[in-house]
Amino acid sequence: MRFSHQILGLAAAMAVSASATLTYAQTTITGAGATFPFPIYAKWADEYKKATGTAMNYQSIGSGGGIKQIQAKTVDFGASDLPLTADVLAKDGLVQFPAIIGGVVPVTNMESVKPGELKLTGPVLADIFLGKIKTWNDKAITDLNPGLKLDGPITVVRRSDGSGTTFLFVDYLAKVSPEWKSKVGVGAAVSWPEGVGGKGNEGVAQYVQRIKGSIGYVEYAYAKKNKLDHIAMKNKDGQFVQPEEASFIAASAGADWKNTPGMAVVLTNQPGAKSWPMTGASFILMHAKPAKPESSREVLKFFEWALKNGQKSAAELEYVPLPPATVSLIQGEWKKITDASGKAVF
Amino acid sequence: MSKNVGSNNKANNFALQDKIFGYSTQFFALLVLVTLVGIVASLFMGSWQTLTQTGPKFFVTDTWDPVRNLYGGMAPLWGTIITATIALIIGVPVSFGIAVFLTEMCPPALKRPLGTAVELLAAIPSIIYGMWGLFIFAPLFAETLQPLMINTLGQIPVIGVVFQGTPNGFGVFTAGVILSVMVIPFIASVMRDVFDTTPPILKESAYGLGATTWEVVWNVVLPYTKAGVIGGIMLGLGRALGETMAVTFVIGNAYNISAKLFEPGNSIASSLANEFNEASDPAHLSALITLGLTLFVLSFCVLAASRWMLAALSKREGKRT
Repeated sequence: MRFSHQILGLAAAMAVSASATLTYAQTTITGAGATFPFPIYAKWADEYKKATGTAMNYQSIGSGGGIKQIQAKTVDFGASDLPLTADVLAKDGLVQFPAIIGGVVPVTNMESVKPGELKLTGPVLADIFLGKIKTWNDKAITDLNPGLKLDGPITVVRRSDGSGTTFLFVDYLAKVSPEWKSKVGVGAAVSWPEGVGGKGNEGVAQYVQRIKGSIGYVEYAYAKKNKLDHIAMKNKDGQFVQPEEASFIAASAGADWKNTPGMAVVLTNQPGAKSWPMTGASFILMHAKPAKPESSREVLKFFEWALKNGQKSAAELEYVPLPPATVSLIQGEWKKITDASGKAVF
Repeated sequence: MSKNVGSNNKANNFALQDKIFGYSTQFFALLVLVTLVGIVASLFMGSWQTLTQTGPKFFVTDTWDPVRNLYGGMAPLWGTIITATIALIIGVPVSFGIAVFLTEMCPPALKRPLGTAVELLAAIPSIIYGMWGLFIFAPLFAETLQPLMINTLGQIPVIGVVFQGTPNGFGVFTAGVILSVMVIPFIASVMRDVFDTTPPILKESAYGLGATTWEVVWNVVLPYTKAGVIGGIMLGLGRALGETMAVTFVIGNAYNISAKLFEPGNSIASSLANEFNEASDPAHLSALITLGLTLFVLSFCVLAASRWMLAALSKREGKRT
C-alpha cells in the first residue's frame, strides 16, 4: 500500500516537472550561429525578456555552426554572416533575412599616424595582404598619403579562425583585386599568403596593438572599443570615406534587397559617394515549414520587437539597425514561414 | 542454531558485496578501454574521407586552402614537433636544476615554500600562460631578446638561419618558450619526488667516499631514479604536444614550414581550436579530424618510445656503465 503511494507520488512529481518543461519550452527560443552579431543579440535577448518574459538563448558558435544547426533542426533559428544562395535556401527549405548591419575596418599601429589619417585603396590593401607591398614607404602607399611620415616593415595580421568578418574582408579584396580573386579566393577561412593569425576579433585587436607597423582588420565595434587606429578607404565612387555609422548606412541604402533572392546581399564595394566599402549584414535562417510553428512564431515576434525597439542598443554597441524600408521587406519575407496547412505562422 | 544462520547470512552478504564490488571495478576499468577504442574508431571514421582521398600525401604537403578544399597537414605537424622540442630543450635542464637544488642543496627552511611554488605553477590554467605570453612575454621578447638573438646567433653561418625572421614577438620560438614554462613545473615536481626516493644510505655512502654533489646526483641519484625521470619528461612532452590555447595565442597561426623559428607557424592543437567552429565543408572537417588522429598517434608513439626506453634501460641494470 505504502509502495503504491510512493509510485503515485513519483508519477505526480513527474507530471508536474513535465508540464514545467512544457511551459519552459513555450517561452524559450533558441538560436545559434555567427559570433559577429552576438553582442547585440545577447543585449536584445536581455531587453526582450524584461519586456515580454520570453527568453532567447543564443549560442555564438560561428556562422558555419549556425548553418549546420538549423539544417539539423536543433535550433529555432540559425545565424550566419555569409548569406546562403537562393539554391541552397530552396534545397534546405530555409528562409533568410538580415537582422543587423556592421562594418569591417582595417586597423593599423603606427606611432606617426593618427586614426583616420592613413588613406588606402582596395587594390593597395589587397597587395599588402598578398605580401606584395612589404614596407610602409612603398610608393603605392606614399603616393596616396603625401603628407604622412611612413616607414618600416608591414606586419599583416588576420584571423586564424574561420569567420564572417574574414568573409566580408576577403570578399571585398576579391572584388577589387583580380589577383586576390584568382590566388586566394573568398571564404570564411582562406589560405593566407602572408601574416600572423589572431583568434577572434579580440585576438587580431591584441596583435595589432602589440606589433608596431602592423595592419589588421576587425569588426567596427572592436576597433572602437580597443581604440585602434582605423584608416580611410577609397570606395567604389572614388571617394575616401571613414568607417562610421553614416558610411555603413550609406552602403546599405543602395542595396537591392528587394530583387535579390533570399535577400542574400553582400554589402561590400557598394556604390554611393559615402559608402564604406566593407559593410555587411548578418543573416537569420529559419525553416520555411517548421516542425514547431509556435516556436517559429516566437522567433519572429522577437525579431519584430528587435527591429522596432532595438535601434538604441544597436547604436550603443556600434551596430547599424536596418532602415525601415528594409524592415518592411523582411516582414514580407516572414510570410513564407508557414505551418503544415500552409498558413503563415506570423 | 539461530546464531549460526545469522553469521551464514552475513557471510553470504559479504560474498555478494565482494562480487558486486569486483564487477563494478572491472566495469570501470573496462570503460576506459571502451572509451579509448571508441575515440580511435570515431577518429578513423571522421578522417576516412581525407585518408582515402588525399592519402599519405596529406602528411607531406603543406597547402591548407579551405577555399579550394586542398588540405595538407605537414605544417601543423611540423609546428607541433618543433614547439615541443624547443619546450623540452629549455625545460628539461631547468627542471633538472630545480629538482637537484630542492633535493640536494636547498636549506630546509626554503624547501617547502619553493616546492609548493613549483606545484602551484603546475596548477595554473594554460589560458593564463597564453595571456601572459600574449600580453607580457611576446612584446618584451620582440623589443629586447629577439633583435639581440637575430644580431648575434642569427649571424652564425648555417645554423644562424634558425634564429632569423620578423622580430614581432610571435612565432614558433615564442610558443616553444611558453610551452617550456608550462612543462617545467610538471617535470621538476616529478623529478623532485623521484629524487627524494633515493635511499639516503646510497647518497651518504657516495659522499663518504668523497664524491661531490654533482657526482652523487649524476652517478647515484639519476641512475636510481631514471624510470621516474623519463616518466616526468614524457608527461611534460605530452602536455607540450597537446597544449592548445597558450600556443594559439602566440604561435602566429600561419600554415607555413620554415627553418626560421621567429616566423609564425601552427600546431595541430591550435589548428583544431581555430577552425573547428567554422568548418562546414565535409572535406575541411575530415582534414581537421585527420590532424586530430595524427596527434593521437604522435602521443601514442611518445608513450611507446618511453616504455621502450625504460625496458632497454632495465635490461642494462646491474651491468657496469
